[in-house]
Amino acid sequence: MSDTTYTSTYSATDPYGSTSTDESGRVFTVGGGDWDDVVGSVNSADPIDAERIVVNMGPQHPSTHGVLRLVLELEGETVARARLVIGYLHTGIEKNMEFRNWTQAVTFITRCDYLSPLFNETTYCLGVERLLGVEDQIPDRATVIRVLVMELQRISSHLVWIATSGLEIGAITMMLFGLREREQILNILEMITGLRMNHAYVRPGGVAQDLPPGAVDRIREFLPYMRGKVDEYETLLTANPIWVKRNKDVGVLDTRGCLQLGVTGPLLRASGFAWDLRKEMPYCGYENYDFDVVTAPGEDCFARYLVRINEMRQSLRIIEQALDKLRPGPVMVEDKKIAWPAQLALGGDGLGNSLDHIRHIMGESMEALIHHFKLVTEGFRVPPGQAYVPVESPRGELGAHVVSDGGTRPYRVHLRDPSFVNLQAVPVLIEGGMIADVITSVASVDPVMGGVDR
Amino acid sequence: MADKSRDEPAPPRTSASSGGPVKSLLAPIAGFGVTFKTMFKPIVTEQYPEEKVPTAPRYHGRHVLNRHADGLEKCIGCELCAWACPADAIYVEGADNTDEERFSPGERYGRVYQINYLRCIFCGLCIEACPTRALTMSNEYELADDSREDLIFTKDQLLAPLLPGMESPPHPMRLGEDEKAYYLGGGISPVAGDPDVEGRLHADGAES
Repeated sequence: MSDTTYTSTYSATDPYGSTSTDESGRVFTVGGGDWDDVVGSVNSADPIDAERIVVNMGPQHPSTHGVLRLVLELEGETVARARLVIGYLHTGIEKNMEFRNWTQAVTFITRCDYLSPLFNETTYCLGVERLLGVEDQIPDRATVIRVLVMELQRISSHLVWIATSGLEIGAITMMLFGLREREQILNILEMITGLRMNHAYVRPGGVAQDLPPGAVDRIREFLPYMRGKVDEYETLLTANPIWVKRNKDVGVLDTRGCLQLGVTGPLLRASGFAWDLRKEMPYCGYENYDFDVVTAPGEDCFARYLVRINEMRQSLRIIEQALDKLRPGPVMVEDKKIAWPAQLALGGDGLGNSLDHIRHIMGESMEALIHHFKLVTEGFRVPPGQAYVPVESPRGELGAHVVSDGGTRPYRVHLRDPSFVNLQAVPVLIEGGMIADVITSVASVDPVMGGVDR
Repeated sequence: MADKSRDEPAPPRTSASSGGPVKSLLAPIAGFGVTFKTMFKPIVTEQYPEEKVPTAPRYHGRHVLNRHADGLEKCIGCELCAWACPADAIYVEGADNTDEERFSPGERYGRVYQINYLRCIFCGLCIEACPTRALTMSNEYELADDSREDLIFTKDQLLAPLLPGMESPPHPMRLGEDEKAYYLGGGISPVAGDPDVEGRLHADGAES
């Protein structure tokens, strides 16, 4: 631990606010008190600059996908410069996890990117499992269930994207359609995990509960329904003149730009580069599934729309294969020193530990009871080291850098959230374009501020 | 930076743009067909709160503190739920049972039991931690209130109601000589949930 002291970012000696030598120019914190500096910096003697106006868009603007704030310098209707301000949804999740045991931390990390919580959980749990050295012992059924729920969630996340993006440029029908189908997925996830969001379903060593009876049939019924609906969205939008005009050639970013900015996910694939971690660095057995990496020509918002639409179709393919791969078996690792000791069962009194489990720990085995108490109060120890197992979230490469000092709590968990990294590309997408295109471009990045600020 | 002079990209291979020239000419209008057809489809809006759609059986709702079949409390005041809670929402204070005043089988019972629903995140780790199935989650989700005090649920609010055949504690153990009989007996799961939930559980063929 170093004993570096940090100065307040808002003080007069702000190390970030002073003029720098690089070409990016001065950095404004726009955190309060320096708004006059922002406005003053554009009203120089230059007659062109004097015409510029500074517009503050967000953090409560309905079209900025949550609490993203954009400080735009406008020349007429053209965006001359864009500055992004984040931090309005900072929740201290990463820091909080350092004060919870490894299992409890799942309930925190699930709340980062709230449109794809199961991906957050999975990347974290894969990291913890690698540190524990139990990657080979994770039951197949647990891995298949993880893939199943992740792909369901990828569809629901893309549905929220298509719904809000449609809404923001006036396609209210698309908003209603998108949320209508998302509701179906949330119902399925509720049936499986007991929660509609922030499931805390994936745990180090497996998943919390097995699939309930009827879940497989329900998902099987959902697949053809959803396939039809994706076609319906395409009928509605792909040839719609307004949709095409608002999206085509807007927010162009080529592969080189994407790579330089660290952009991943649908943005990168929409630039024509077929990079998908499910294929490049398979995890959860994705190498055994037959699916295509979706790309689209165009490098623009329309290409991103096509990529997401077709990714939904690919996810449906993966779900179908995952259902076929499901074999009866345990869903939690064998090792009783790691496996979370709960055996949930439904009863007339609700959801709780099964009476068989109660009988075992309270009446039969003192050792089982000791394990139960040890794991719940203290948790398991994770060998010192660090691990990073990225997954392909709906927004790009999502990874949890998990560091352990050998204790029962994480020493540090850092989340490489694709929303955060992809937001870097927003000024490149919108500078030089029209202010109306800012909405489409930001929407095409699909940032989730919960993941950005953590 | 939108570069308008870009070459027109190759048409994407998607369902709406595939097909003959006539189809691609009609494609912009086909979208209206979707909205038109939707008018004749069943309405999916849920009329909450007039009509309450039941949750999934596994839904994490309000907690219940359960009783054994003779009315004794299942909670033994071990505080595992409070240990497991990542949001520090549960407060438990255990106390010793005596022969004169017995609230649960065994040595200890939960004298004070509070769940703060302003802190609870409904992750369910508490019910997974409970070693006696004293704490379960029901499907009740209407928990809004207008004061902070009212949302800290106390033991009397959380305890399951006494069913026929149950006797309000304190009273001696009726189901056996010692607490082992309570746990080894198995199958002692008084129905404390509402009959609706019960009905749906069996209709779904869910595990019990």
